[in-house]
Amino acid sequence: MTAHHTRTHAIDMSSVLRDQKTNTEPNETCIKVENLNLFYGEKQALHNVNMEMPKKKVTAYIGPSGCGKSTLLRCINRMNDLVDSATIEGKILLDNENIYDKSVNVAALRRRVGMVFQKPNPFPKSIFENVAYGLRIQGINDKRILEETVENSLRGAALWDEMKDRLNDNALGISGGQQQRLVIARAIAIEPEVLLLDEPASALDPISTLKIEELINELKEKYTIVIVTHNMQQAARVSDLTAFMFMGELIEMGATSELFTNPQKKQTEDYITGRYG
Amino acid sequence: MDNSKIGHHISGQFNKELEDVRNKVLTMGGLVEQQIELAVTAFSTGDLEMAELVIKQDNQVDALEMAIDQECMQILALRQPAAFDLRLLITIIKVVNDLERVGDMAERVAEMAIQLSGADNKQHDQYFELEHMAELVQEMLHGALDVFARMNIEDVTTITGLDANVDREYGSIIRQLITKMMEDPRNITRMLDVLWIARSLERIGDHACNICEHLVYMVKGEDVRHLTQEELEKKMKG
Repeated sequence: MTAHHTRTHAIDMSSVLRDQKTNTEPNETCIKVENLNLFYGEKQALHNVNMEMPKKKVTAYIGPSGCGKSTLLRCINRMNDLVDSATIEGKILLDNENIYDKSVNVAALRRRVGMVFQKPNPFPKSIFENVAYGLRIQGINDKRILEETVENSLRGAALWDEMKDRLNDNALGISGGQQQRLVIARAIAIEPEVLLLDEPASALDPISTLKIEELINELKEKYTIVIVTHNMQQAARVSDLTAFMFMGELIEMGATSELFTNPQKKQTEDYITGRYG
Repeated sequence: MDNSKIGHHISGQFNKELEDVRNKVLTMGGLVEQQIELAVTAFSTGDLEMAELVIKQDNQVDALEMAIDQECMQILALRQPAAFDLRLLITIIKVVNDLERVGDMAERVAEMAIQLSGADNKQHDQYFELEHMAELVQEMLHGALDVFARMNIEDVTTITGLDANVDREYGSIIRQLITKMMEDPRNITRMLDVLWIARSLERIGDHACNICEHLVYMVKGEDVRHLTQEELEKKMKG
């Protein structure tokens, strides 16, 4: 390169130098947790949790076992209502609406907030019927709509190519990794806004795990995702924001790239560097 | 912030690996410091054996650099360190690069000492500034290594602040050399050798500053490279 060239045409570096943090800048808030306390009987499992999760971003909860991360996740679609001893104080706003408001229809809420668990739980039905299940219980039986939705959902879950020729096979006969993606396809078939993933890859082999992680990356184009994981590297790889919880409290939450390189709290540092005794 | 950051992993093996690589860096730093000391003495006394030793030591420095890089890479690949551990390893990889360059500079001083000892009828007083400059950069490097050993970055601006003095001495040496070259062109070859020494010492000061900057990143997680002394001081206070 000639001196003349460098002087008159400074290369535009803006795209190269763009701060990575801009990718994680919180945009519109999707879920807002306000002063949330949760008790299982006498025992308090969540202590005054406040956090905001932005739309179409992946938020990861990390923390040691029993820190309340799964409990918090389950609050977002009111799964804890199913636990008799659980009492909840505070608010969770989904699109500015308190989901714990008396007027809220829980079934409708759970359609908006889908959930996937640690162990894949397909129904003992065909692959097609597993994905179509959510529509069928809504009373949709139009064959064309069902077929279209099943295909789109399986594509969305990166499973179509593997499953298109065996849609009538029993879902219990496919591999664990495939089952987990099938369950995700089932969850997105009813077009939720939010996907809650509770340890979605912890029972899977490394390749299936990577497929799930890749899928999460694609799904965030359309959905707000909250994931609980024991695997910190996984949280680091898939999430935009990370929240560290300990003993029922939110200790620190921030951009994943920051939290894993320069956490602000000592407790976070100790946990992510493996110093918890 | 103290050394306790290194230990206390649940994995004792991980503690040991980090401690080990850190000790290697300190060993390397000590070796490089010794190189400078010997090279400068070799220059002022004309002790050729000493100069040869400096050149030999450079192989050890190079070997340490490679061993440390290798260990860092192993830890990165096998342990996936995060937060301070990650910053520590990244910093070490950068610091050893600077230390290796300092070693090269000391080697160059030693080489020039050998060349000059043949040609020069020693006039030590001529090189008073050079010796003062050597003292300054040794102080800087020692300070930087001390920061690394103690992981305490309070004093870094004092260390980087010395670089302005080094640069001033360097400027005045160059002016002197030019004068001598003009006085008698037969001096030029010798004066160019002296210039190389001055230049090498000046670079050592720069490397010491670089190391300080890396160490601020290690401890605070904040990138303070390419700042002026004033900006750095401000940042360290704030």
